[in-house]
Amino acid sequence: MEALQIILAGSLVAITCGLLGCYLILRKMAMVGDAISHAVLPGIVIAFLISGSRDSVIMLLGAGLIGIFTTFLIEFFHKRGRLQTDASIGVTFTWLFAIGVILISAYAGKVDLDQDCVLYGEIAYVPIDLWITKSGTILGPRVLYIASGVLVIILVFIVLGYKELFLTTFDPAYAAAIGISTTLWHYLLMGAVSITTVASFESVGAILVVALLIAPPATAYLLTEDLKKMMILSTLLGVLISITGYYLAAAFDGPIAGGMATMAGVFFALAFVFTTTAPRLKRSIKTEKG
Amino acid sequence: MTTVRNGKKNIALELHDLTVSYDRKPVLWDVDLELPKGKLVGILGPNGAGKSTLIKAVMGLTPNSSGYVRLFDRNLDEVRDRISYVPQRESVDWDFPASVLDVVLMGRYGKLGLFKRPRKSDKEVALDCLRKVGMEAYTGRQISQLSGGQQQRVFLARALAQQADLYFMDEPFAGVDAATEKAIIGLLRDMSSKGNTVIVVHHDLQSVTEYFDWVILLNLRLVACGPTKEVFNAELLQETYGGKLTLLSDVGNLMKHQHFPNREANASRMNPLK
Ligand SMILES: Nc1ncnc2c1ncn2[C@@H]1O[C@H](COP(=O)(O)OP(=O)(O)O)[C@@H](O)[C@H]1O
Ligand SMILES: [Mg+2]
Repeated sequence: MEALQIILAGSLVAITCGLLGCYLILRKMAMVGDAISHAVLPGIVIAFLISGSRDSVIMLLGAGLIGIFTTFLIEFFHKRGRLQTDASIGVTFTWLFAIGVILISAYAGKVDLDQDCVLYGEIAYVPIDLWITKSGTILGPRVLYIASGVLVIILVFIVLGYKELFLTTFDPAYAAAIGISTTLWHYLLMGAVSITTVASFESVGAILVVALLIAPPATAYLLTEDLKKMMILSTLLGVLISITGYYLAAAFDGPIAGGMATMAGVFFALAFVFTTTAPRLKRSIKTEKG
Repeated sequence: MTTVRNGKKNIALELHDLTVSYDRKPVLWDVDLELPKGKLVGILGPNGAGKSTLIKAVMGLTPNSSGYVRLFDRNLDEVRDRISYVPQRESVDWDFPASVLDVVLMGRYGKLGLFKRPRKSDKEVALDCLRKVGMEAYTGRQISQLSGGQQQRVFLARALAQQADLYFMDEPFAGVDAATEKAIIGLLRDMSSKGNTVIVVHHDLQSVTEYFDWVILLNLRLVACGPTKEVFNAELLQETYGGKLTLLSDVGNLMKHQHFPNREANASRMNPLK
């Protein structure tokens, strides 16, 4: 039962991250995902300080705002300061992340958070962190509710905005020419990434969210040339990573998040070897989709 | 200027004092022009002359511009669904996971509006446009598997799927073989004879008189804009290309094709290096 709950939580997080990650890597913005996942830290801490609790809605809002602010800063330094994008990303997120780290130490007594937890998460606590209503009914692991809620939000966002996301990712100039706001969709996507990151940080931690945002979509990208199939493959990989990662960690008695990230890397390596050493096989898979 | 006296009824595009800058460096200066409806128009000028920038400014894609743009005597937002745009082929990543049909259907997005998915009728339009550019056999093909010329035709089909009245095309002949170029120009002729206005960035000076009714000669400033017969001459070309039009053979060929009067005199004048 516990194993199932942990695997389920891991899968939900990995699926959500993977779906958004598809758009990030196609927009060549993988590192922006990295930046946001770190930069939301001060947002999380401030939300804790204000609400005095782990009230998820306030945390999601705080993080969403900080995430959008991060993207805005990156763009601002890049456009106004004519700084290269990578330098702009590096400056922005390290700075915000550091502020978050300082805030945690400064308010260590008041904030029910420690740095290790934020950085590495603790998915093993999923089964014991229960959602209990005021009347005392136990509804089950809190993280499962949050992770499913966020997955539903992201799914609705992608389904409703599919063609806008598709077009603004593939050809932003044409999108703008036919009257679709590339800026709006850019910030919506970044907001979605921020919310996902925050919802995931408790379970897999800020650093490992990056692995789940990038590795499954990158693996799927190697294996298919169709966006819808890429998202489906990412989803399947997310579940696989969660299952195998859990048992890998159990076998070595290591952290589960670490096991999942390791498996994400293993699947990527397998796909890479497969597509580079057997290009003919890959071609036949690809053309079959044509 | 009879067009002005007739009002703006027959004007497809009007630019007034259009100045565009990147990072405060102007790349287009004070462009003033009017193009009548139903013409096939070539935009000519050396690399970096601002040809792409001109089109982008009209489509509202450049951040800093002054002056104004009128399309069919309206602002862009009022007539956006009547305007179509073919960006330069290199402006997108052709390894993107999408099929030919996916890309052509994008031409229908403007008409669909938010949240709506392409319907069967949109698909029919898209397939019809693929047929027009001779790409019907590639409908389900992934775009990463297309040749340069095929990519160009997919972009063209996407623009056609918009069913617009005014088309801007940035170098639609770049990387396209001779047979495809002929087929495309036939299509564009056809469109303009049906009353559409088609404005094309073009590089090959030799085919200009054969292809275009009108030309715009551009080099940071507007050098000339008018019917090909009137403005496509050695003097204005020299002004447009300056020191860049240096190959004697180019000029010689041009003269042979165009049968300019005073061949010798023009040729020597157009070759500043000699
Ligand atoms: N996004 C941009 N940022 C800065 N400069 C640009 C940008 N796009 C174009 N330019 C500059 O503007 C000038 C005109 O470019 P462009 O319109 O692409 O020329 P053309 O299409 O005629 O070759 C060039 O000097 C180019 O370097
Ligand atoms: Mg250009």
